[in-house]
Amino acid sequence: MIPILLKILRTGVVTEKAPAAREEWRTRAAEIDAQILRLLGRALVIREVDAGSCNACELEVNALANPYYNIEGMGIKLTASPRHADLLLVTGPVAKNMEEPLRAAYEAMPAPKLVVALGDCAKDGGIFGASYATCGGASKVLPVDVTVPGCPPPPLAILEGILAAVALRKP
Amino acid sequence: MAISGLAISDRRLAGEMPATLARVTAEQWLDAARRVHETGGRLVALWGADRRDDGGAFSIHAAYAGSDGLAILELPVAEEEETYPDLSAIFPCAARMQRAVHDLLGLVAQGAADLRPWLRHGAWRANEFPLRREFDPEAYRANAFEAYPFVRVAGDGVHEIPVGPIHAGVIEPGHFRFSVVGEKVLRLEERFGFAHKGIDRRFADFTVAEGYRLAGRCCGDSTVAYAWAYAQAAEALLEVAAPPRAKWLRGLMLEAERIANHLGDLGALGNDGGFGFALAQFSRLREDWLRLCDEAFGHRLMMDRVVPGGVAADVGDAIRASIAARSEAIEREARTLRDIFDEHSGLQDRFITAGRVTPETARLLGLIGLAGRASGQALDLRVDFPAEPYTRLAVKKAGHAGGDVAARVRVRFEELLESLRLVREIAASLPEGATRVELPHPAAGAFGVGWVEGWRGEVLVAIEAGEGGRIRRAHAHDPSWQNWPVVEHAIMGNIVPDFPLINKSFNLAYSGTDG
Repeated sequence: MIPILLKILRTGVVTEKAPAAREEWRTRAAEIDAQILRLLGRALVIREVDAGSCNACELEVNALANPYYNIEGMGIKLTASPRHADLLLVTGPVAKNMEEPLRAAYEAMPAPKLVVALGDCAKDGGIFGASYATCGGASKVLPVDVTVPGCPPPPLAILEGILAAVALRKP
Repeated sequence: MAISGLAISDRRLAGEMPATLARVTAEQWLDAARRVHETGGRLVALWGADRRDDGGAFSIHAAYAGSDGLAILELPVAEEEETYPDLSAIFPCAARMQRAVHDLLGLVAQGAADLRPWLRHGAWRANEFPLRREFDPEAYRANAFEAYPFVRVAGDGVHEIPVGPIHAGVIEPGHFRFSVVGEKVLRLEERFGFAHKGIDRRFADFTVAEGYRLAGRCCGDSTVAYAWAYAQAAEALLEVAAPPRAKWLRGLMLEAERIANHLGDLGALGNDGGFGFALAQFSRLREDWLRLCDEAFGHRLMMDRVVPGGVAADVGDAIRASIAARSEAIEREARTLRDIFDEHSGLQDRFITAGRVTPETARLLGLIGLAGRASGQALDLRVDFPAEPYTRLAVKKAGHAGGDVAARVRVRFEELLESLRLVREIAASLPEGATRVELPHPAAGAFGVGWVEGWRGEVLVAIEAGEGGRIRRAHAHDPSWQNWPVVEHAIMGNIVPDFPLINKSFNLAYSGTDG
């Protein structure tokens, strides 16, 4: 237990020494936090669905949970059940084999069912395009509120896209 | 490689990796498989091609690895036959690859026990084959979602737990069907293909020079490994070599990718063992590392940085110093965290004996990569068939025989620390010179293969050039093809709540195998 506590204590110092972007990031984090509260009046719950991505977008969504971005600290939570989700975050060109599961997840969500298409593939099929195996983007299957370009979009861009979707629905 | 006792005329392929190519008959196809198996070789990849416009037949290809490299065999399959002899009775890992070949090309592995569809879930009809020339990939087809006949386990108290394709966490899609009694798993059956994007067909829309971008998106966490394997294959068929500095930069990026993945997975493994502290610590280190990769190569995951003919990035002295400093800092922290893992009895209680794959099972089923090295299968291309810069780096091969989650965690730590050493060594001894060469125009019919030890295991890419610089056929193989069936064995007798932990200890690719 002592080494763990020591490590936690020492890591606290390391966090203080974070990269130069930290201050800017803190400002934006606070801004996003305030906007979520103002727009939704509560925390934001997200269901992420990989509809056939290469997994790079998933790596960057998972990065949002690391101590630098700390989205849970901002009131954003990734959930397992679409029934708890305010927002559906879709990655991949929507593989035909994922078309029905993606629809089912969307149907299971309560209104207002915000949808963010994440990454170049979810935007328009990306490098995979539209083919016998892919639908060619999330908007071919669901009503998409916001599209975040990038391959993959870095964590900050993902957050900004999420916020844009929240802002769209509740001006 | 030479297959002992088999009278075939093979030719040595150009390129960085030792490889031969031979055309065989159906009899030799089986004979070769048996001989490779008897001499301790392994099946690396299996794919088919439509060659009816060039020689009048289909073809099925098998890539084997032995002690002296790769042997690629090509069996012509007549249009009216559409069959070839089954390999899965000799190499169990062939079963799913053969099912995928059938779904895409319509060739049947004669004698195979399992002929169910694998990639085809109903998005195209059973009598349509996407890799056939006459198939129109853009034609409209109703998406039918056909039912899949899972194997049923009968008996008192047996029930099924279906999981997926959408999982609880932020991970790739796939379906797991557990047959359980109480908490104990009797049987797991995997059903994948949900992330099928038609990559094999899509390659034909690219030129040999451009296809690296698609290869680098077969599996995002291994983008460097795929792009390097693609570049090796392209350079082999073009008969060009990347400059030394480019090769060393590729090594730097491949090890950086290994570090990023091990950091991420060690945190996730701790978390799945109920130790959230580990996730906070390792995800912080991973983020530090990705930011450095971004600074060094202009992309956090280093996508599109390995290209045929060299690399599309270079590092200066300041970055080299940052790599040395950051890798040392991470190494110090990783050693502390390893001690914490080792001394945490609750965590070790979850790790030890969970998801055990004995060396014997691993050998029989053909477990490879880091999971193989945790089950006594001492295979690592960086050591066994080193390409520059590994020829000069003396990589230390990790190895354990425990075969449980604990052993896979140990291999992760060892390989993380070794890769941190390697990036420092590469950064310190990077040769001067160009980073990219001009590519000649490919000759139609030229064939090349690339073979790279990614963080998960060996990635193979084979390319055949067509007319006008285009790709006629390219195939990218993920090591998860070999390892996924072993996960079905690893979970047997364990309890359902241990599955996420066991699964994460392998962390296999869905998109990489779905194609």
